[in-house]
Amino acid sequence: MSSIRQFGMGLALIVLILFFQITTGGDVLTSTNVQNLIIGNSYILILAIGMVLVIIAGHIDLSVGSVAAVTGIIVALAIRDWGIPWWLGVLLGLGVGAVIGAWQGFWVAYVGIPGFITTLAGMMLFRGANQWIGQSNSVPVPQGLQDFGAGYLPEWGPNTQLNNSTLLLGILVAVWIVYSEVRRRRAAIRLGIAPPSTRAAVTRVVVSIVVIGYVTYLFGSGRYGTSFPIPGIILLIVAVVYHFIASKTAEGRHVYAVGGNRAAAALSGVNIRRTNFLVMMNMSVLAALAGMIFVGRATSSGPADGTGWELDAIAAVFIGGAAVSGGVGTVLGSVIGGLVMAVLNNGLQLSGVGSDKTQVIKGLVLLVAVAFDVYSKSQGRPSIIGKIFPSRKGRETGTTPGLEEPRPEVPVADGATAAQG
Amino acid sequence: MAAAPAVLEMRSITKEFPGVKALDNVSLTVRLGEIHAICGENGAGKSTLMKVLSGVYPHGTYEGEIYYQGELVEFKDIRSSEHVGIVIIHQELALIPELSIMENIFLGNEVRGRFGIDWGETRRRAEELIARVGLRASPDSLIKNIGVGQQQLVEIARALSKNVRLLILDEPTAALNEDDSEHLLDLLRGLRSKGLTSIMISHKLNEIEEIADSITIIRDGHTVETLDVRAGEINEDRIIRGMVGRSLSSRFPEHEPKIGETFFEVKDWRVEHPEVPGRLVCKDSTFHVRRGEIVGFAGIMGAGRTELARSIFGRSYGRFLSGTITMDGKEISMPDVLSAIKHRVAYVSEDRKALGLNLLDTIQETVISANLPRVSKHSVIDDDRSYLAAEEYRKSLNIKTPTVKEGVSKLSGGNQQKVLLAKWMFTEPDLLILDEPTRGIDVGAKYEIYGLIQRLADSGKGVVVISSELPELMGLCDRIYTVFEGRVTGEIRGADATQEELMRLMTGTGLARAR
Ligand SMILES: Nc1ncnc2c1ncn2[C@@H]1O[C@H](COP(=O)(O)OP(=O)(O)OP(=O)(O)O)[C@@H](O)[C@H]1O
Ligand SMILES: [Mg+2]
Repeated sequence: MSSIRQFGMGLALIVLILFFQITTGGDVLTSTNVQNLIIGNSYILILAIGMVLVIIAGHIDLSVGSVAAVTGIIVALAIRDWGIPWWLGVLLGLGVGAVIGAWQGFWVAYVGIPGFITTLAGMMLFRGANQWIGQSNSVPVPQGLQDFGAGYLPEWGPNTQLNNSTLLLGILVAVWIVYSEVRRRRAAIRLGIAPPSTRAAVTRVVVSIVVIGYVTYLFGSGRYGTSFPIPGIILLIVAVVYHFIASKTAEGRHVYAVGGNRAAAALSGVNIRRTNFLVMMNMSVLAALAGMIFVGRATSSGPADGTGWELDAIAAVFIGGAAVSGGVGTVLGSVIGGLVMAVLNNGLQLSGVGSDKTQVIKGLVLLVAVAFDVYSKSQGRPSIIGKIFPSRKGRETGTTPGLEEPRPEVPVADGATAAQG
Repeated sequence: MAAAPAVLEMRSITKEFPGVKALDNVSLTVRLGEIHAICGENGAGKSTLMKVLSGVYPHGTYEGEIYYQGELVEFKDIRSSEHVGIVIIHQELALIPELSIMENIFLGNEVRGRFGIDWGETRRRAEELIARVGLRASPDSLIKNIGVGQQQLVEIARALSKNVRLLILDEPTAALNEDDSEHLLDLLRGLRSKGLTSIMISHKLNEIEEIADSITIIRDGHTVETLDVRAGEINEDRIIRGMVGRSLSSRFPEHEPKIGETFFEVKDWRVEHPEVPGRLVCKDSTFHVRRGEIVGFAGIMGAGRTELARSIFGRSYGRFLSGTITMDGKEISMPDVLSAIKHRVAYVSEDRKALGLNLLDTIQETVISANLPRVSKHSVIDDDRSYLAAEEYRKSLNIKTPTVKEGVSKLSGGNQQKVLLAKWMFTEPDLLILDEPTRGIDVGAKYEIYGLIQRLADSGKGVVVISSELPELMGLCDRIYTVFEGRVTGEIRGADATQEELMRLMTGTGLARAR
């Protein structure tokens, strides 16, 4: 997954938005619609962020919807019956996610049950637990949690025609973009690498700031009392944190190493079990978070919450460029992949396309996106977008098709393999 | 012989990858019935040329023309080149470990009967082919259970089953010991006498001198020259001159060892096979390494050298039974790889694809991968420092790549080996265990790597070299241990070692005397 591809995906997303904007006569890019789009999809995107790590490590998690559901009901009941404040409920929910994650991580990492099986079991187990605990009832949640899942930022300060919280957020993001561009150039100069051409850099910054400005306007100019939604902020934080973890920390590198070549990772001092455990556990924690956001938005926890979420999350990850064989994928790619699906859903709905046809189209898009990916990898040519947005950073994957570079398939138990000498 | 007609002509082949011109106007003429060797430094473009020929890179992705048996051919994939009898055996073997020899030979080319595969006929033909290549194994043995030498023979049997007329071998003997190599070369000679044409890439120049009828030398994507071996005196030095543009006065850099005192000692090391309880892979092995010393381990394939090394390196192989390791006078325990790295022990695997590299990583990511803390602050990896570290090795090891941000899968085989070495040198080991460190590396780069090993030793570290090439061990090592069937059978000073003496100890005939 290269950053070139991420820009390609981003571009595809923009084209998709513009397409629906035109065909619906301007219904897509309205404040209300984009606010709802984020509120209605933030939990899937959060799942996708956890899922991409699971998939990079070479596993899959089918239980996320059920884990979200069981967390939702436990939190709803705890708040209602024990009278704890909503934020304590959220902490409790994250704890529940951690415990469930530890359970699944244990089976995958320490017993060696494939993630597919472990989480297939988990899918039934925690769905059942949700209905058992809640006796298949809906349990309402208080306002605090509802804001958590679908609330808006406060209004304050002078009248700028915009929601000032959103405006501030937009400014912060813009400043950060300029800052990181400057930093990138400084680093390049310090290391004696030719920095990206000034023209390209300026273009990139200007384009980004224009987009940010527009997005800020879009979210901030809705009816009074609305803004960039709170679940969107949670999503933003989760995305930034996990992007950082995946690309800049040892733990992140270990996930790629385990998925890329387990045996080589073991011989490089990577603790395979620990990495697998953490990845599975992390997924359940994020699933719990997603579950609580959803419950807040739905104003109650029900027995059918979260059904089918795993498939949406997995689709987002693969549209975002991850490989089924593991070792490849990015957090940002998955977020973009999730947004593509969300916009598609939304645009088709606004165009009056029924859910039957929407399903068909989404299925085809998934297939075509991945097929396109496979094809362009086998060609190994840099795209036009790559020339506009050259990037020094980012993972380049092996572009060689199967035959010439057989992927190492060495079974390892704790790094042990047959060897000869 | 010179009158034999050309069976293959590749004219002005140019192949570009993004940012690299791997082949620039390369021409190659191969005559009917000859063994044609291709030589050149790592990254010269040898494998790429053969991939162009065999349709791995299909027509249209390169420029130039290929004439085969007088006709212009434009292969669109491997199948179409196999269709006319061109079969390539890649640098990295492409057998399926979980399938049997028989199944591998006929994979993708199954013998069809009336109801699916005709297993009776498959077996009959497999046995015939197995006999033809001189393989001593049952058709039912699984690939994962036979040695590399035998796997190489299975690849040839597979090629023969496809009615090969032009056989391409990319570094077939790189992973083989001398016996297996000799057997393979004999087989090729035998096939030649039956009229088979072959093209062989190798860095083992003595083999080329021995077997090739003509030699084409490639340097930096250009054809330098084609030497006709039968016509004149061709020796290794002549080939090297073509490859690197100058003579190499010696294969090993001058070195005056500065040997200090013993700092690493293994005593009575016993390790059991990971799957077969009761079978010992290390039988009371005892050895020591002194500071500044280069210690060699000689042994035939399967003697247990790799097993010994890996069982020491964080017990990453087999089941530890008993034995002690003393480092700097203190007994230490290295129950896992991480603790081995912390004790500054490093092990460079012989199997770079399966155990050494993550082919999805870039060069930079690979170099830092075994020692992330060294480039991290508060456990955040510093991209700049990683880059600089990788750059340093790119320069000192002369890794051929446009940038260290390039994926390792895009490097030539020898350059991948250098990246693997860099990865472990980056852990700043006190004891560096190198398992077949120069496998697939060209003569010039070998010289550089020997120099590097010597410099490491001179800085007070200990280096252990496991190698199947006895001349390498004799030229490089200050002391050599021999291993036979999991037992250390002898210890000879490098200066005193002779090939005969080593062979005797390696094959167990000297056992009585050594014990
Ligand atoms: N898929 C690829 N993408 C980009 N560059 C490549 C690719 N394959 C090979 N190259 C580059 O082409 C050049 C020639 O590589 P090739 O594998 O042909 O070398 P070689 O002569 O076989 O070397 P060795 O002796 O090390 O095997 C190298 O610089 C290599 O980095
Ligand atoms: Mg090669």
